[in-house]
Amino acid sequence: MSKINFLKPDRANLNTFLYLGSSLFFISFLDVFFNSFFNLNLTGFLPNFLSFVLPLVLGFIGLYFIRIEYSGIKGLDLLNKHINTNNFNAVLSLLIIFVIIKSIPPILSWFVVDASFAGDSKDVCTGTGACWTYIKVWMRRFMYGMYPNAEQWRINLSFISLVLLGSVGYFATDKFKKYLTLYYVVIYPLIAFLFIFFFISGGPVFFDFSYGIIAAILSIIIGFFIPGRFKFYYFLIVPLALYIILKYFLFFEEYIELGKLDGLNWVETGAWGGLSLTFIISFFCLIFCFPIGMAFALGRRSGFPLIRYISVGFIEFWRGVPLITVLFMSAVMFPMFLPEDFFIDKLVRAIIAISLFEAAYVAEVIRGGLQALPRGQYEAAKSLGMGYWKMHIFVILPQALKLVIPGIANTFLALVKDTPLIFVVGLLEIVGMLNLAKTNPEWLGFAMEGYVFAAIIFWIICYAMSKYSYNLEQKYKTDR
Amino acid sequence: MNLKLKDIVPQLITVIAVVLIFGFFTYNAQINMENRGIDFGYGFLSQESSFDVQFSLIEYDGSHSYFRAYLVGLLNTILVSVIGIIIATILGVIVGIARLSPNYLINKFAAFYVEFFRNIPLLLQIFFWYFAALRALPLPQDAESIFGVFFLTIKGLYVPAFIWQNFSIFFYSIVAAAIAIIVIRIHAKKVQENQGKQIPVFFISIGLIFILPLLSFLIGGVRLSFEVPVLKQLATTSFIYEGGVSLPPELIALTLSLSLYTATFIAECVRAGIQGVGKGQKEAAASIGLTPNQVLKLVIMPQALRIIIPPTTNQYLNLTKNSSLAAAIAYPDLVLVFAGTALMQTGKAIEIVSITMFTYLTLSISISILMNWYNKRIAIQEK
Repeated sequence: MSKINFLKPDRANLNTFLYLGSSLFFISFLDVFFNSFFNLNLTGFLPNFLSFVLPLVLGFIGLYFIRIEYSGIKGLDLLNKHINTNNFNAVLSLLIIFVIIKSIPPILSWFVVDASFAGDSKDVCTGTGACWTYIKVWMRRFMYGMYPNAEQWRINLSFISLVLLGSVGYFATDKFKKYLTLYYVVIYPLIAFLFIFFFISGGPVFFDFSYGIIAAILSIIIGFFIPGRFKFYYFLIVPLALYIILKYFLFFEEYIELGKLDGLNWVETGAWGGLSLTFIISFFCLIFCFPIGMAFALGRRSGFPLIRYISVGFIEFWRGVPLITVLFMSAVMFPMFLPEDFFIDKLVRAIIAISLFEAAYVAEVIRGGLQALPRGQYEAAKSLGMGYWKMHIFVILPQALKLVIPGIANTFLALVKDTPLIFVVGLLEIVGMLNLAKTNPEWLGFAMEGYVFAAIIFWIICYAMSKYSYNLEQKYKTDR
Repeated sequence: MNLKLKDIVPQLITVIAVVLIFGFFTYNAQINMENRGIDFGYGFLSQESSFDVQFSLIEYDGSHSYFRAYLVGLLNTILVSVIGIIIATILGVIVGIARLSPNYLINKFAAFYVEFFRNIPLLLQIFFWYFAALRALPLPQDAESIFGVFFLTIKGLYVPAFIWQNFSIFFYSIVAAAIAIIVIRIHAKKVQENQGKQIPVFFISIGLIFILPLLSFLIGGVRLSFEVPVLKQLATTSFIYEGGVSLPPELIALTLSLSLYTATFIAECVRAGIQGVGKGQKEAAASIGLTPNQVLKLVIMPQALRIIIPPTTNQYLNLTKNSSLAAAIAYPDLVLVFAGTALMQTGKAIEIVSITMFTYLTLSISISILMNWYNKRIAIQEK
């Protein structure tokens, strides 16, 4: 009995083992710590191999000594329960702890300690660490691509306004909450489109933008006096009509030609780039792929066989080919299919290609949600006398979309992560700009910094999106 | 009559719209090609390609046809996909199980891995490995060997080559072993169902798979030797390794990033699958006296696999499609060789892009048919 207990702690000799075990564990910890932070090999007097594995062995014995079913000491019990359940887990825990300790100094020194931040030429980057000067000098290019420096405030202003307009939902009072769907589905994308296309693109078309803004504001103001039951149709028709009236009947183009109004410089889409292009493409594809995907999801579940086959064909085709070949198609094959002297901008072509591609994935996700709804929902809606569209808009889709929030979020994440592929059509967003900067003869050899920088940015965007979708999922979770 | 019209009209409109769109495109394409003097046809496939590919699994040079160039690209794509799928599956299963570990550190470590690699675009990861990480490797003359036979240099990974004698006999012995194992398994199942006796199939299988190939070495005259890469000086500063097999850095960067990226998704599938098996199942299995290993093998895994396989198939498909990103780092896959170089030379945009897309479509559909068949086999047999 006592012999077995010699190596196994129980409550009687707990303290002995506790002191022994934790000191052994501490020694092993110290050994690795000194080795990694101060480059000091405490066990250097031992043979090479033994010196290498000694901390592991010591730590393992230490952890073995302090492993006890229940000790009553809170910290110890937590430790035992979480990292020290059995021998195998103890070894793995030790390995992970050592790997973390070992990897902190090189990472820290590369990122901060030996890195250079100051200056604005390559000469300051002499240390062994990262050269963040490179990022600093190229920052504008990474963010805005070849967009002229003097005009970049337009991109900033557009994005800031769009973010502000997008956050309306958080501040809306209950009275206006019911218009939010309309706002986000119809008005907001329209405003965003006007902003990005006319404001960032500039040129004479800038005036279309101002007409659009005036039309939107006017229609919203008048909208308050429209009786509720006509509001949907009102917002569907009136803003567009106002816009057309303003453009073609009120603000004569002569004003521009007379020089009374000075437009913004036109910046061609080929000069757009950097992170702002990533946002623009993601945003538009996100807006377009959702309704297309929803249409094909409904088509795939439609009762009409021909519509069903066409939808299946569409979905399976886009899901079966890689995005890069789709972009190839949009770059080299698609112009062949258009009438001569009919030109579509390559950014627009890329956006169409990515939207169709992602729409197929969105369609499959939404179909999953539609299939998951019990038949009773369809039958109940029908028994109330609802038609196909009424049933889907008021009963089926709200429930189905709620179910597929995680799937939709994953598709959108994939979309954001797919945007770098537009290098195929010759557009350079942030990764493309990095590759360009990397080959600049004055700044050779800083590929690592650039990629790490872009990776951090993308990681933050994608992680924030996935966390947001998780919150959304929790918020709309309903028991059925 | 009214009801029928209601059924037919929407379908008719859709079909007419689709036909119109396609007709419009074809019409334009015809006019455009006429104007540019391009004729449509797949005859170019048999013409001489006259471009070189730096890495190919089959014999190829400029004198071969475009069709052979297509095959080279296709085989390279398949090579990357197969290696990537194998590594990603192994890594994904390990990480997925690690995420369920009660050990706090292992759990968080796996979660960190998944969150980290999943949220960075794959293209960026490929660029990172190819342009930043692998460029930091030593030159051939400075490379230190791994176990004395592998050499990891900036020009690629050099591994020993297998040199077989009478390889066919060895191959037949493995096939024979596989057939024998299947026969024994079927027999064992029959015996267990009829007489309740258990035959240790697992040990017999292990024995067979080792003994038969071993016999082929002993009596079949099969010989295996290794050709270790050796450093050779070309000029004063230029060194290469000769002999062995050399894997180009493009291939390494691509497989590494593809498998690291896809493994995160497979890990999530595995985790969801194992979590999806009810706790009651484990408890019930334990209460009828199964050992923990039997619980895992006979109760949890068959049920978890049913949840795991469909999403994992999707990930395999994604990996295969993502392998087309190879074009970005000049690994000669289908997209680069065929839709890149061959397209530039022939200018046959419609033919080449359609062949490329059709190939990927075929690859995707064949993988999903294979996986659907497997999925059906293990699905619940409802009566």
